[in-house]
Amino acid sequence: MFMILGYPAPLMFGQLLLGLINGAFYALLSLGLAVIFGMLNIVNFAHGALFMLGAFVAWGLLNFLGINYWAALILAPLVVGAFGVVLEKAFISRLYKLDHLYGLLLTFGLALVIEGLARNEFGSSGVPYPIPSILQGAANLGFMFMPIYRGWVVLASAIMCLITWLVIEKTSIGATLRAATENAPLVQAFGINVPRMITLTYAGGVALAAFAGVLAAPIYSVNPNMGANFIITVFAVVVIGGMGSILGSIVTGFGLGVIEGLTKVFYPQGSSVVIFVVMVIVLLVRPAGLFGKGA
Amino acid sequence: MFGFSRPQAIAFLVMVVLVAGAPFVLYPVFLMKVLCFALFACAFNLLIGYVGLLSFGHAAYFGMGGYVAGYAAKAWGFTPELAILAGTIAGGLLGTVFGWLAIRRQGIYFAMITLALGQMAYFFCLQAPFTGGEDGIQQIPRGKLFGLFSLQSDLAMYAVVAVLFLFGFLLVHRVVHSPFGQILKAIRENEPRATSLGYRTDSYKLAAFIISCALAGLAGGTKSLVFGIATLTDVHNAMSGEVVLMTLLGGLGTIFGPVMGALIATAMENYLAQAGAWVTVIQGVIFIACVIAFRKGVIGVIADKLKIHL
Repeated sequence: MFMILGYPAPLMFGQLLLGLINGAFYALLSLGLAVIFGMLNIVNFAHGALFMLGAFVAWGLLNFLGINYWAALILAPLVVGAFGVVLEKAFISRLYKLDHLYGLLLTFGLALVIEGLARNEFGSSGVPYPIPSILQGAANLGFMFMPIYRGWVVLASAIMCLITWLVIEKTSIGATLRAATENAPLVQAFGINVPRMITLTYAGGVALAAFAGVLAAPIYSVNPNMGANFIITVFAVVVIGGMGSILGSIVTGFGLGVIEGLTKVFYPQGSSVVIFVVMVIVLLVRPAGLFGKGA
Repeated sequence: MFGFSRPQAIAFLVMVVLVAGAPFVLYPVFLMKVLCFALFACAFNLLIGYVGLLSFGHAAYFGMGGYVAGYAAKAWGFTPELAILAGTIAGGLLGTVFGWLAIRRQGIYFAMITLALGQMAYFFCLQAPFTGGEDGIQQIPRGKLFGLFSLQSDLAMYAVVAVLFLFGFLLVHRVVHSPFGQILKAIRENEPRATSLGYRTDSYKLAAFIISCALAGLAGGTKSLVFGIATLTDVHNAMSGEVVLMTLLGGLGTIFGPVMGALIATAMENYLAQAGAWVTVIQGVIFIACVIAFRKGVIGVIADKLKIHL
C-alpha cells in the first residue's frame, strides 16, 4: 500500500471523495442562497429544511407512487419549487420593505415548522432510500475503489452548478435577472414583471436545494435533521465566499468540502469546526469574504 | 432614577412586587427558570433592540457561562457568588473574542457569523473534557452564599436569582438610557452618520456586545446552579433560536418585552412538555406570526394602546 505524507493513500482518497461530496452540497446550497439573496435581499434560513424536504419528497415518490430515483431527481425539485412559490407569495413577499433581519427570522420560523412536522411524522432516526441499481457497486480506479454513487453525486452537482452558472451569466433570462438584482425599479420600467421574477427566483433557489436533497437521500438516511446540520455550515461557507459571485459560491463550496475531508485524515477531532476556523481566518484577513464586494 | 419614565417606574414596581410575591403562589423552580431566561432575553435585547445587531449564536455565552459556573462550583468548590461571577466572566471573554470577529461585517452577515461561531462553541463544548460531553456537568452543588447561607432550599435560591435578575434588568436599562446608550441607538438608526459624527462605532458595538454576553453568561451560570446541571442543550443553536423567540414575542426594543416573552415561552414549554416535536412547530408558527403580523410584540402592543413607552 503506498502512502501520502505518512497516511495510507486509500484513506486519503476516500476522505477526499467524501469531502468533494459534502463540498458539492455546500456549493449547491450556497449557490441557491446567493441567488435568492441577490434578488430578494433575504437570507433563506429555510434552505436546509427545503433540502431535507427534497429528500423526503423523493422518498415519498418512491414509496407511495413507485416513482424511481431518476424521475424524482426532476420531480422533487419541481414539487419543492412549487412549495417555494407558495411560501414566497404567502409570507416572504410581505417583508420586502422591512429590515433584512425580519426575512431571516421568518424563514427561521418556516424551517422550524417544516422540520418539526417532519420529526412528528418520521421520528428523528429517518428512513432509508436505496441507491438506484445502475449506480450500485464500486469502480476500481487503480489508486482506490470508488463507490459509483458517490462519483455520480459529485458529477451531477458539478453539472448542475455549471448549468446554473450558464443560465445566470450567459442567457437573456439571466441577464434580466442580474439587471433586476442591480436595479429592480429600472427593470420593471422596461415592462418586465419583477414580482413574478422574484417569486420564480425563490422557487429556483429552493429547487436547487431540493435537487441536492435528492442526491443526498441515498448517502445519508433521509431524516428530519439532515438540513439543520448542514445549513449553519453553509452559512459559514457563504460568509467565507461572499454572496456576490456565482462562481465564487461554487468554488468556495467545493474547496471547503475538500478542506473538511482532508482535516478528517490529518486531525479528525478538528473536522467539525475546520470550516468555522477558516471563516475566522477569512474574517481576519479579508473581512469582505474571498469573492465579496464589500460588507 | 435609572432613567425610568413615570409609566416605566410604575411597571417596574409592579414587576418587583410580582417577582417578590410569585414564589408563594407558583412553583419556585419554574419561576427561577423564567427569571434566568428573562435575564438572558434582556441581555439579547440590548443588542437587537438598541444596537440593531442580531446575534444568532447567543446560546454560546449562556451555555459557556453555565459550564464554567458549574465546573467552578463542583470541581473547584467555589461559593455560588464566585461561581456565577466566573460564569459571567466566561461569557464576557467569549463575547469579546466572538464580538471582535463578528463586528467586521454588518447586517445579515453579522447574524450568520455569530450563528457559525455559536456552532463552533457547541462543537468545542461537545469535545472539551471539562464539559462532560454528552452527559454534561451533573450534580452541581448550590453551595452556601458567601460561605454562610445555604441555598439548598428553593426559596433561598429564588431570592438570589431574583436579586441577580433585577440587577441585570436595571443594568440593561441603565446602559440603554446612558449617553453610551444614546450612541448605540444612533448606530442602530444610521451607522454611517454616527461614524461621520466622530464616534468609533465598532468600539461601541463591541462594548455593547461584551456587556450582553457577560449578562448572558450570568444568566447561564445562575441557571446551572439552580438546576444543578449544565448540558449541551444550553449551548445548542436551538437555545439561540429560543432567546430570539422570547424577545421577538415580548417586543424588540422594549424594556419589559423580553421578560414577558421569557414568561410566555417558558410557560408554553412547560405545558407542552408532552407534545414533543410539536413544541418546535408551535415555536415556528409564533415566529412567523410575530414577523408577519405582530412585530411589536406583546409589550409593544400594550404600550401602543396606552400610548406610553415600556
